[in-house]
Formats: sequence, C-alpha cells, structure tokens
Amino acid sequence: MQGKNSYGTYIWLNLRRNYVIRSLRLLLCIAVLASCAFAETNLNGAGATFPNPIYSKWFNEYHNLHSDIQINYQSVGSGAGIRQVQAGTVDFGASDGPMTDEQLKESKVKVLHVPTVLGSVVPAYNIPGVSGEVKFTPDVLAGIFLGKITKWNDKAITSVNPGVNFPDQNITVVHRSDGSGTTYIFTDYLSKVSQDWQGTVGKSTSVKWPVGLGGKGNEGVAGSIRQLPGSIGYIELIYALQNKIPYGVVQNSSKNFIKASLESTTAAAVGVKMPADFRVSITNPPGKNAYPIASFTWLLIPTSPADANKGKVLKEFLFWMLDKGQTMTEALSYAPLPKEVVEMEKAAITKQVKP
Amino acid sequence: MPDSVDPMNPPEPLGQLQKPVVAVPSLAQVGREPKTGVSAAILRKIRTSYPRSSRIPDAVFGVIILLSAISVFAIVLLVVWELMDKSRMSLHQFGIGFFYGHDWDPVAGSFGAVPFIYGTLVSSFLALLLAVPASIGVAVFVTEMCPQRLRAIISFLVELLAAIPSVIYGLWGIFVLAPLLREYLEPFLARTLGWTGFFTGPMYGLGMLAAGIILAIMVVPVIASITREVMTAVPQNQREAVLALGATRWEMIRMGVLRNARIGIVGGVILGLGRALGETMAVTMVIGNRPEVARSLFAPGYTMASVIANEFTEATGDLYLSALVEIGLALFLVTLIVNALARLLVWSITGGTARVRA
Repeated sequence: MQGKNSYGTYIWLNLRRNYVIRSLRLLLCIAVLASCAFAETNLNGAGATFPNPIYSKWFNEYHNLHSDIQINYQSVGSGAGIRQVQAGTVDFGASDGPMTDEQLKESKVKVLHVPTVLGSVVPAYNIPGVSGEVKFTPDVLAGIFLGKITKWNDKAITSVNPGVNFPDQNITVVHRSDGSGTTYIFTDYLSKVSQDWQGTVGKSTSVKWPVGLGGKGNEGVAGSIRQLPGSIGYIELIYALQNKIPYGVVQNSSKNFIKASLESTTAAAVGVKMPADFRVSITNPPGKNAYPIASFTWLLIPTSPADANKGKVLKEFLFWMLDKGQTMTEALSYAPLPKEVVEMEKAAITKQVKP
Repeated sequence: MPDSVDPMNPPEPLGQLQKPVVAVPSLAQVGREPKTGVSAAILRKIRTSYPRSSRIPDAVFGVIILLSAISVFAIVLLVVWELMDKSRMSLHQFGIGFFYGHDWDPVAGSFGAVPFIYGTLVSSFLALLLAVPASIGVAVFVTEMCPQRLRAIISFLVELLAAIPSVIYGLWGIFVLAPLLREYLEPFLARTLGWTGFFTGPMYGLGMLAAGIILAIMVVPVIASITREVMTAVPQNQREAVLALGATRWEMIRMGVLRNARIGIVGGVILGLGRALGETMAVTMVIGNRPEVARSLFAPGYTMASVIANEFTEATGDLYLSALVEIGLALFLVTLIVNALARLLVWSITGGTARVRA
C-alpha cells in the first residue's frame, strides 16, 4: 500500500526517469555522431616498465597533437612485452633487453628493434662514516657482487680511493628480487668485465646471486640500502636522480672514473658500432667520457603490420618520437639518443617497416 | 511445520545446546499464532490461487543452485588442468626432481622448488605461532572481560587491520619493523636463544623472522574476528552453569567458552593459515628474497607466491616460465595438503563428530 506522499514521490521519480532516459538517448546520438566524425585509431602496446613515464608522456602529447590517434601502453614488463609481440596480440612491444636470436626465430611476426631512450644503472651504498663519492673499478664491483670482497676496508677498495677512511665493516649486497631490465643491464656489464662473473652467474633479468638480499623494485633496493649500514646495491640513474640518492663513480674502459649523468649516458652510445638490427649491448663501451653501465631501451615494431592503417600511424609516430620526442626526454631524466643513432633509425624505419 | 533439518548441514553441538532456549516460548510469543502457521497459511493461499505455478520456478531455482555447486568443482579442476598444461615443459624436463631440487638459476635453466616451499611453510607457521595466542586473547577479552563501551572500539580496530592493503604492511615492514628487529629484537634473541641455532648469523632486519611477524599481524584480524563470533555464539547458560559449579572466571572461560568454541576457532585458524600461505606483496617486501634453506630465522628466505610475483613479468624463455607455473602448481598442492592435514586435526580433536564450518 502506498501513502499519498509516496505516490507523489513515485510520479516525480517517473517524470525524472523519463527525463533521464531522454537525456541518455540524446547523449547516445551525440556519441554515435561523434564516433562517425572522428574515426579513432587505437594502437595497443605492451612491455618494459622502465621507460613507462616517458612513453606515457609521448603518447599523451601525440594524442594532443592528433586527437584521432590514441596509443595505449601497458607496462607489464619486458618479458611479457616480448611474448605479446611474438604472438601478435599487440601492435607493438617494448623491452629493456634485445630479443634473442631464438626469440626472433620463434616470433610469428618479423620485428624491428627501435631504440628510444637510454638508461643507466648506478651503484648506491651506505657506508657509515663515508660521505663522499666512492670510486669503483670493474674488478671491485665484480668482487663485491661475487662475494669475494666482503669488507669495506678491503685493499682492493681502499687502493682506488686514497684519502677515504673506510670502516672495518661487512659488506651487505642488495639486489633486485623482481625480474628487471635493470638487473639485465647490470649483470650484462659484470659479465663483460669479469670472466669469473660470466662463468658462474651470467646475465639475465633474474640471476642466481652469489650473495645478498633481494629488494622489490628500485624503491625496495634503495630502501634497504638506506636501512642497512654497510650495504651496496644497484639502482636506475633516474630513480637516484629523482630521489636524490648519492651514488658512486665507475671506471670505464678508458680507465677514466665517470659519474653517471644524462650526458655521460648518451656518450655511452656514441662510439658504439651499431649493427643493422639495433640489437646492441652498450655496456662497457669504448668512449672516453662514456658511463660504462648503460643501455638502450627498445620499441619492438612489427615490420609488416596486419592493419596497414595502424602501421602507417605507428610509423608517423616513430618519426615524431625521433625528432620532437627526443627533446622531451631530459625533463623526465631520460638520456636522449645521439644524433647519428637517430639518423640510422630513420633510415631503417623508412626501409624496413611497411607500408 | 516443525524446525526443518537441513540434510546438507546438520546442526552443530552449539545448536543443540541452544535448543532448550528456543523451545521455551518467550513472553512476547504467548498468545500469538506461531510463525510457521502463518507462512503455511500463506503458502496454502498461493497454492490455491495460482495452481502449480511454483513448480517451474522451483525447478529453475534447483538447477541454478546445482550449477553454482558444480562450478566450484569445475573451477578447481580448471585451475589444476591449466597449471599442469602450462608447466608441461618443466614437468617433462625435471620430473619429480623439481620438488626436491634446491637450485634456482634462470641463466643456467636449472630450477627446483625446495627453497620456496620451505619459505612458504616456515613463514606461515611462524605467523600462526605468533598470531593464534594473540587472536584468542583478543577474542576472550572482547567477549568476556571488556567493558561494553570499549568492545565496539576494539572490534572495529581489529577489523580495520584486515582492511589495510598488504603493500602498506610491506612498506611498514621495511621502514619500521626491520630497523626495530635489527637494532633490538634480533640482538636480544641472538644473546638469549642463539644456542638453538634458530637465531644466529648476520642481522639484516629483513628475513624470515620479519616475514613471520608481518604475516602474524595480517592474520590476527581473520582469526580474532571468527573466534569472537564463535565465542559470542556460546549460550549464556553454559557460562552460568560453569560459574554455578564454583568455577573461577578463567575456568569458566576455559571450560565453558573455549571448549565449546574450539571447532570454530580451529576453523578460523585454518582460514588464517590460508591467508598466510598465499600472501605475496607484504612478504616479498620483507623476506629478503633469497632462494635458500637456512636454519636461522634471521636469514633471508623466499616464498612460492613471492617468486611468481617477482619473476613472472620479466621471465624470458619458455622453460623459465614453465618452471614458474610449476611453482604455482606446487603452491596449490601445498595448500591442499596443509588444509587436509588441518581437517584431519579437527577430526581427531572432535572424535569425528563435528564438522568445521569454514
């Protein structure tokens, strides 16, 4: 049974409902018209987490310039990015490490590696009583992470850091516990500079660490380093810069001690002999001012896309990324590509990517 | 209609205890038609005015309920099948050796699950060891001794603990718990209990002990709230009866309340264990993530859920992925076995007369 008041409410609700339905219909009409007028091109990509901030920025800026183009990116990790581009479920992939020959062979679609920005990895530490920059030689880094150098006042460390007063304290190694491009770059570097490392550990996104604790993500490693006196770990340069974490300098192949910065990271890519498919490791490069623990990160572009229109849009985006896009990198602490690499990439994209 | 007995869910001892209370009609009920009579009358009316109309809805209802029941089996079977299918490569490569292999080397492609199984079991049991006494204490206090006004506040706070996201527990673990452990608790344990071998070695703060403590905090609300519910359900006359026999308060709680509620409490502990076994984020942030079997609780460890979460996204190579899925299979099996054991335990406590609720 309904009282008078509630009946009134009922009528009112009914009127209101009519109104709502009408306005919904109107909205629907507008939406249909709008979608006819601007046929949106949606591109989907997936992969590496490390370049996610700059990629989001690029895709967003590009959408502002071309309102009919929407590029979606899921930062699901390099491994997942490679798998998805192999299976053809995304329009492009992204990875912090180049695909292996085997992975390229298994892939259903042919893939071109397009370097986008550079990143580098720095050693961060927490040594009680030491506030200045600590210098690391390749041998010292390999020795510490292999567990052969266990004390901060070991001769190998003190001899390259004259004047620094190291405590007699045990070294605690902190590494990434999650599979990561950062680990790949760091272990790739150690494999190049140390036979011992190459033989016992090797390089991968996760490895069997001889010593130490695992922290999750850059923040996990940095947090552990801050907490544990006598600890050392490796983190991305971007993370160290943005959070103002002090880090050490590393000796490069020309015996110069180089502090990681955006310039010295870009310098790492300058003197490297670039193969035609851009799958190159630039750790321990020949350049005089090059920071030795650096790497490209790549977009994985199918060379003959199933949808020609999408392929065309993606190609246009790549050219924009190599010109205008490169100027946006430094604001987000990514190192831009050297000019000669940009030119090489443009030529390769024009030649190899259809249409 | 008399009290119908659901054949799927026979009344527990608790229900039997309550029966006499129900049987005596309260003052308010005297003089009124019993409820069952009213509903029977309505039912009769519906039957006469809409003949046979209820048969189809009944049939539909029956089918829907049956489907929901079957879906549980179907989901479990699908999970097992999917896990087996996706880990076929690893199953083939390592065989049963996967479950007693100690090595985890993605570069060399050699995988074994022992350090992860060990880490999962040890961290979970450590958590229960700490959480069960604390939760029962909370529940006893709230139901038996707490002033009325405080009761709501404490219950609310305990349930709030359950609502905190696990990543927050993880961060708290890194920034608050780990330093406390490293500076105070671990040196103390090493001095007093170092001889047992469980509390030796370098003190990082992060490690198995930290994981156990974090997990304990996370399962306390689960166990405490279920224990509280079960204890509240114990009829008041049980308490009064025990007190009337001359028991002290503690004896009353022990014999009158905890004894009656023990099945429900074990059910709560099993639920808590389930949460501890599967917890990923908070554990991976504090356990140190080192695939190693160490006797000392100070040493870093690794759990099955953590290694999957950590390495799955960046796993390259089919064998590596397959091995990670097989870790998932191992986690499934371990959960199954632990739950089965827990049920056996309940069964042995109650002599096979009662069932666990949870």
